[in-house]
Amino acid sequence: MGRNETVLNATPSLAARTGNFFHRYANPGRFLRLGARLQPWLTWPAIVLSIAGIVWGLFLSPADWQQGDSVRIMYVHVPAAWLASSGYMGLAVCSLLSLVWRHPLADLAAVEIGPVGASVTAICLATGSLWGKPMWGTWWVWDARLTSVLVLFFLYLGHIALIRAFDEPQRGYRAAAILGLAGAVDLPIIKFSVQWWNTLHQPDSITLTAAPTMSTNMLWPLLVCTVGFTFGFAAILVARLRAAVMESRVRTALAMRRGRAEAQDSEPDLSGAVA
Amino acid sequence: MNASIPALLAAVIGRDLRLAVRHGADTLGAVLFFILAGALFPLALGPSPELLRRMAPGIVWVCALLAALLPLDRLFGSELEDGSLDQLMLSGLPPALVALAKMVAHWLTTGLPLLVAAAPLAIMLGLPLPVLPILLGGLALGTAVLSLIGGMAASIVLGARRGGVLLPLLVLPLATPALIFGAAALDAAQTGLSWAPDLELLGAFLAAALPLCPLAAGAGLRAAVE
Repeated sequence: MGRNETVLNATPSLAARTGNFFHRYANPGRFLRLGARLQPWLTWPAIVLSIAGIVWGLFLSPADWQQGDSVRIMYVHVPAAWLASSGYMGLAVCSLLSLVWRHPLADLAAVEIGPVGASVTAICLATGSLWGKPMWGTWWVWDARLTSVLVLFFLYLGHIALIRAFDEPQRGYRAAAILGLAGAVDLPIIKFSVQWWNTLHQPDSITLTAAPTMSTNMLWPLLVCTVGFTFGFAAILVARLRAAVMESRVRTALAMRRGRAEAQDSEPDLSGAVA
Repeated sequence: MNASIPALLAAVIGRDLRLAVRHGADTLGAVLFFILAGALFPLALGPSPELLRRMAPGIVWVCALLAALLPLDRLFGSELEDGSLDQLMLSGLPPALVALAKMVAHWLTTGLPLLVAAAPLAIMLGLPLPVLPILLGGLALGTAVLSLIGGMAASIVLGARRGGVLLPLLVLPLATPALIFGAAALDAAQTGLSWAPDLELLGAFLAAALPLCPLAAGAGLRAAVE
């Protein structure tokens, strides 16, 4: 929070302070300035880390003793899966911000996360399917993890369709925010599906609480890929958000100009009628 | 205005039941769809009794899921058009309870007839008689879940350009757990395993949806009449 604002309201309540914090970047001009400054810091690490991780993973890291070269699909599949669920997590947080604080930027972010999240979910499903054919001998099984990610994909699609289905954008934001929160029940199901149902998809190799059950010369390229892809997700999101803010500004400007033109057109008409 | 909340709830449910009885053809539409869709499977798959017996639980469940979707479009839609939704919101009932009343009415006018129709359909598909009570028990819980999730989705899409097209896209992914547990209970019963855990999970899902869905639907209704 800026110093001058604290001076302005001498004893801000907690609600006012959190409100100020959340609404600080609701000002589209401020967000555009911040976004323009942030963009290169997201885009360039995304490009460098993704290329480095992909080259490391696809060409330099060893093949698996059991899976052979098919293991390299993991370097795309795991980051995509991570982004698919964290993207939806972001969508759910935006939905909460939109419902509780009516945060305009959260509305726009929810609009823009949808297509990006659906794309990474599709990549996750497609790469998993490509890996499944040589390893499991089938493109698709109705395993708990696969099914819950497929449901996540449909939740993204429903959100994309719903938020754009209203003539009045505000109604779409509210409706989609309710759906976004309701759909969040799928996230723990995805996370724990490999533990609750003992089916085909292998359990997590990397956890916060235990040492990873994979070789470090595969773990490092995977981590680099994951960080690179995450930066890429953020870069695309910020770019889309900036474009959305600019688009809404252009729309407002055009509407105002049209309104002024109509006012000018009608004025001589009116005066003529009076005269 | 001064009526108590239970009386208001009963009034809203009673109004919907009266409407359903007076537009009997609309109400029976979902049930007829259910039976017809179920009758298409033997025509498409061939009349082999073993195959049909194996598939009967899934067919009944999927057809019930789709049939319960049909009346959702009009659950709040006609009220929004003729303005009675505004009246309902002013009646003194919290929006979440208005939504709950409509969901109960949806279950009474769609879920219950589907339950009644499910028994003959399951027998026609060759489901063994001892398994039938498990099918009906599961469907009773499952259709209640569907009414709750469906009512929530119906309130969310109020005023959307193509609400009817959106509804299946929103309801079906959220309803998949009910389908999975319901069909799994029948599968377990047919193979001689214990069916109770799946029905208990289904009941737990219903218990979670019972408070959450009306709250979400209430938010949707408030947004719709604003």
